[in-house]
Amino acid sequence: MNDAAIRVRGLRKTYGGTAAVAGLDLDVRRGETLAVLGPNGAGKSTTVQILSAQLPRDGGDVAVLGTDPAKADRRFRARLGIVSQTANDLLELTVGEVVRHFARYYPDPRDPGRVIAEVGLTRQSRQKVRELSGGQRRRVDVALGVVGNPELLFLDEPTTGFDPEARRQFWDLVRSLAADGTTILLTTHYLDEAAALADRIAVIADGRIRASGTVADLVDDREVTVAWRDGEKTTDAPTALIAELGAAYAGEVPGLTVTRPSLEDAYLRLTGEEAAA
Amino acid sequence: MSMPSTLAIGAARGAIELKQFFRERGSVVFTFIFPALLLVLLGSVFDADAVGGVGGGQVLTASFAAAGIVSTSFVNLGTALAVERDDGTLRRLRSLPMPPVAFFLGKIVLVIVASIAEVALLLAIGVLMFDVSLPGDPAAWLTMAWLFALGVTSCSLIGIAASSLARSARSAGAMTTLPYTVLLFISGVYVPLQSVPGWMADIGAFFPVKWLAQGFRAALLPDHMAAHEPAGQWELGKVAVVLALWCAGGLVLCLTTFRWRSALTR
Repeated sequence: MNDAAIRVRGLRKTYGGTAAVAGLDLDVRRGETLAVLGPNGAGKSTTVQILSAQLPRDGGDVAVLGTDPAKADRRFRARLGIVSQTANDLLELTVGEVVRHFARYYPDPRDPGRVIAEVGLTRQSRQKVRELSGGQRRRVDVALGVVGNPELLFLDEPTTGFDPEARRQFWDLVRSLAADGTTILLTTHYLDEAAALADRIAVIADGRIRASGTVADLVDDREVTVAWRDGEKTTDAPTALIAELGAAYAGEVPGLTVTRPSLEDAYLRLTGEEAAA
Repeated sequence: MSMPSTLAIGAARGAIELKQFFRERGSVVFTFIFPALLLVLLGSVFDADAVGGVGGGQVLTASFAAAGIVSTSFVNLGTALAVERDDGTLRRLRSLPMPPVAFFLGKIVLVIVASIAEVALLLAIGVLMFDVSLPGDPAAWLTMAWLFALGVTSCSLIGIAASSLARSARSAGAMTTLPYTVLLFISGVYVPLQSVPGWMADIGAFFPVKWLAQGFRAALLPDHMAAHEPAGQWELGKVAVVLALWCAGGLVLCLTTFRWRSALTR
């Protein structure tokens, strides 16, 4: 079996002359959770829709689970789970009806009752989707995404509009899916979400991957900022600098702070490059 | 592991479509109750206007059987598909391992069940309020059966095609209700064709509603009433040909215009 769940080279998609995706390369290993992190309009959703066989591409080579999504058949679609950005459908059906109905499209579905329990909606299973809160509806979307027992799950900005508690619960759910061996491609514009859930992060801006790797890979640890009352300096040897300062002030350095670059710094640097150029 | 059959998924789609239709107050009132309400109102107003010994309510009941079918097929599908294209239903379904045929099987189940219920409701109103007597002649029922089949098929196909004209869910109602209401006026449903200006009736005669209504009058009214039709006869052969042509034309329109995605949603 091939080790790559997703392999993308030079992906292109243009909307009316504007390139939404402009030569994107991406690799996702089986069993991995990859977060695609980027600002609105960076091309995250377009990429997910192309990979999940919902949108044709204009160029590039794409293999998803060893198949070209442009040639998706039912068998291929049955191996994917997709949680797209907000849909507003299915309102008149109950949670139980919806999940049981969607299980019927798949050859080897998971037990609808268990799936409903996993997304924490057992108490709401007889309620209509219309009566649920936004966060609860999103969990229905997730339930529909996983009820088919997918090998590869696409989560497109799954927690937009969640309150902090709903987000934590959702993270636990994603972690348990990942622990079961599901490959997950998650898009988000929340840095903490990417850091909390993903094995690797790919930062996307203007339709291209700017950098990818673990949080440690992305954050340039050689740029530590040392600041004190009378100055500020970025260095890869903060200890030596502080020793120098200690000697210069003959004791405590007034107002001393040492700041390592955060993922946010790396993200802003990576996504801001184009704007600055 | 074998994939579920197209037929099994189509049946599941049909069940879920019916649940959604009859639970959605908007669709039930708009496409299901509305024709019945109009029949009650217009029938009561014009019941005393007897033509050839047949009450106005009876004539309206026959014509409204056609209007009801157009409502539960054309208006229903045209509106629902535009809404579903806009609210993400179609997109979600398209991303599933669902054969597209199964989706349309589900719609067919919905339209047939809703249309049978609609015709039954309208005939019940006719029997209870306007002294309509249901035909005892099997030939009349056979006529209604093929009128129903051709009417539902042609109007469903045109409805599916019309749904693509709506840019969003908000304009969906207008795209279907406006032509529906206009056609009922110029096709001899609301008012007898003799009262409709010739040029309007000529436009109406191009569309299926006029022929469907004429067919139902042939099946439900006494034979001598044929004298009051524009041609002085029921023209059932011509009814069948026009409806069949619309079925063929509607199918071509559907195949060339149907989209799973709204132009506005990426």
